[in-house]
Amino acid sequence: MSDKPGKPDKPKVAVSWNSSCGGCDEAIVDLDEKLLETAAQVEFVLWPCAMDFKYEEVEKMADNEITVALINGGIQNTHQEHIARLLRRKSRLVAAFGSCACMGGVPSLANLTAMKEVFKTSYLEGCPTVDNPEKTVPLAQSEIEGNTLTLPEIFESLKTVDQVISVDYYLPGCPPTAAMIGETLEAILTGNLPKKGTVIAPNISLCSSCSRNGTKPDIIEMKKIKRIHQVEADPQVCFLAQDILCMGPATRDGCDYPCVKGNMPCTGCMGPVENSDQGAQMISALGGIVGGETAQEADEIIGQIVDPAGTFYRYGVAGSLLGKGRKK
Amino acid sequence: MTKKISIDPITRLEGHGKIDIFLDESGNVERAFLQVPELRGFEKFCQGRAAEEMPQITSRICGVCPGAHHMASTKALDALYQVEAPLTARLIRELYYNLHMFEDHTLHFYILAGPDFIVGPDCERSKRNILGVIDAVGVETGKKVISMRKWARSFMEEVGGKIIHPVFGLPGGISKRFPAGKSEELKKFADEAIEFARFTLQTFEEMVIKNQTYLELIKSDIYYHETYYMGMVDENNKVTLYDGDIRVVTPEGKELLKFKARDYADIIGEHVESWSYMKFPFLKKIGWKGFTDGPDSGIYRVAPLSRLNAADGMATKLAQAEYEKMYDFFGTKPVHHTLGIHWARLVEVLFAAERIKEIAYDPALTGDKIRNLNFGLPSEGIGIVEAPRGTLIHHYRSDEKGVLTGCNLIVASLGNSAAMCMSVERAAKKLIKNGEVNDGLLNMVEMAFRSYDPCLGCATHSLPGKMPLVVNFKNRRGEVTGKLVRNSNGKEMYIK
Repeated sequence: MSDKPGKPDKPKVAVSWNSSCGGCDEAIVDLDEKLLETAAQVEFVLWPCAMDFKYEEVEKMADNEITVALINGGIQNTHQEHIARLLRRKSRLVAAFGSCACMGGVPSLANLTAMKEVFKTSYLEGCPTVDNPEKTVPLAQSEIEGNTLTLPEIFESLKTVDQVISVDYYLPGCPPTAAMIGETLEAILTGNLPKKGTVIAPNISLCSSCSRNGTKPDIIEMKKIKRIHQVEADPQVCFLAQDILCMGPATRDGCDYPCVKGNMPCTGCMGPVENSDQGAQMISALGGIVGGETAQEADEIIGQIVDPAGTFYRYGVAGSLLGKGRKK
Repeated sequence: MTKKISIDPITRLEGHGKIDIFLDESGNVERAFLQVPELRGFEKFCQGRAAEEMPQITSRICGVCPGAHHMASTKALDALYQVEAPLTARLIRELYYNLHMFEDHTLHFYILAGPDFIVGPDCERSKRNILGVIDAVGVETGKKVISMRKWARSFMEEVGGKIIHPVFGLPGGISKRFPAGKSEELKKFADEAIEFARFTLQTFEEMVIKNQTYLELIKSDIYYHETYYMGMVDENNKVTLYDGDIRVVTPEGKELLKFKARDYADIIGEHVESWSYMKFPFLKKIGWKGFTDGPDSGIYRVAPLSRLNAADGMATKLAQAEYEKMYDFFGTKPVHHTLGIHWARLVEVLFAAERIKEIAYDPALTGDKIRNLNFGLPSEGIGIVEAPRGTLIHHYRSDEKGVLTGCNLIVASLGNSAAMCMSVERAAKKLIKNGEVNDGLLNMVEMAFRSYDPCLGCATHSLPGKMPLVVNFKNRRGEVTGKLVRNSNGKEMYIK
């Protein structure tokens, strides 16, 4: 509702989170002065980590009253699912904000194991400091001194936001960059909306903009795969040309590669380019550059990757071909 | 008729939480519970990961203090591979770490806690936000906060590669040198940071300590617990953040014990309750005695006030003077008044700024040698740092290839988990009488929670400042018999 008669209402913006770390929320704060400018042009109606709005107020809103909901985090429990569905109803547009919302993120590595194993490790047997002779575990409902306390139930597998509700835009990245966030807000404010399903980042691999790309020889032949702590990487030369695994070839451009500038290889947080599975893409890329005269030799070199799932799918188990994972 | 008051969700913090308050027949608080309704499972899914990837994987535990996790993890890798980083690398790590502490603490004071402080607890709700803070301290100061934070984070990017989720930590060193060309700018920043820290302390004194209403709140027994206190100290028992032993003092201020990283599991136990996914650490030597304070309960506290309580002083000159001023004011050490955390936090901001200056002038900062590759065979490693929100421990076990077989994490805020529950319950009990609920109560119950610095200090703009809240009154059958509703314009209505 507008306070000033005759003035158009400001677009309403909701920011919401799930199995998040807070980095995506912090990325919005990192807009610094630009955020103050934006705040003057929009009306925030929900942002639990930063503001005191309650879900009940969102429940009272009309459908589509919110212009855009920026949802970060993968959906991992019943309460998070409920809020995601609520926001979908109340919002014209929903953006999956950050790698977790788009692809599952680092927490979706938990999809590779059964949730009961997670509980066992956290509360029963896995941690040397846990002192729990009664084998207490968190429960959906507890009776304490005559009082009923409830907790949401945790899903067997974490889901991407679009596995629960329909999503209009995707901002990958862990977290998305200020430029991507600014571009999204600009589109909302000017009404120049991209088509539904757009990923707000270029559809090309990171190598295309990386400053080290020019140092790639015409033919790369990795005779071994070195782990980053085993060598002192040359800060100018392409990692793959140094026998160090870099996810650049299978990762979407648009982040301005701060990790590579920090002299560490890309780990893939921007996710895959259009219509590809990131892990499959990287394995395919490796197929072209791994050395070895025989299949056995090639196998041996590939075998030097000690954690394939965590390397090829670090940010995207939930949204990948691995999907819900193979439970151990 | 028993009633339940729910505050859901808790807001202005990192992570999800809710508070349930249960009243007895007279409408007084019987019990109150702070519940954490999420679990991601890092301690399990980190198994099978390559050890050298852990600094970047574990930083995803928290995007507000990713640097703290990155650093604890990197130190755990040093221990895992039995390797020591060269001096230049250690200095750069420590520089990064103090920059992180400086900007994170500053942000929390001005943006998150500020609304509860600088404008005062009885101020109208519309001003209990960053705009009200800027009104009170001036636009120039508001802009200064944003620009100091931005500047500090620009150095963090230079050193760490990426600001949110840095990349530079490696066993035995770091990935990138500190460029000599940035030295002069760093020195300039350090001087301004020190001035800004002093100004902030002065602001706190003028607006908080000299405000009678607020002073009474700080010194009241609403926010008060006599617990054990834990913090990292250097060889002179002064507060330090990056590397040192961990000291624990009794509620009377005597040293109970001091431990090194490798012995943490003998010292700290974790208690489990069925009503929260969060665990509750306690001192094994004293034992878990329930949610109670005092010398017979193993509950301890961490983070700024606890660090100052556990130490004999600050290692830098200006911070030491402020430390003495704070304890003179309270007239006692340890300080048990929970709201004193905010003051201690600012003393640490000054310490961090002074430490940045010392490092900026150290010629070894721009040295060449940043890696040590003489690794032993990996098997087990523990790394401890003082995160902004408390003592942070990463413990890894690995196979001979350096692939993780086990992972235990005692995350900073966890050290305060039991104390937070107690503080909320205590505030609720002291403030809610005869079933009467009003705005003052609602804000003050929140303050009990916020003083522990919910992990995300965020929010730089038009906060409405009014906490919308619904209080449901339920009878024993769970039926809602009435509702007290406060909307974001501050209007309250009781609905039957």
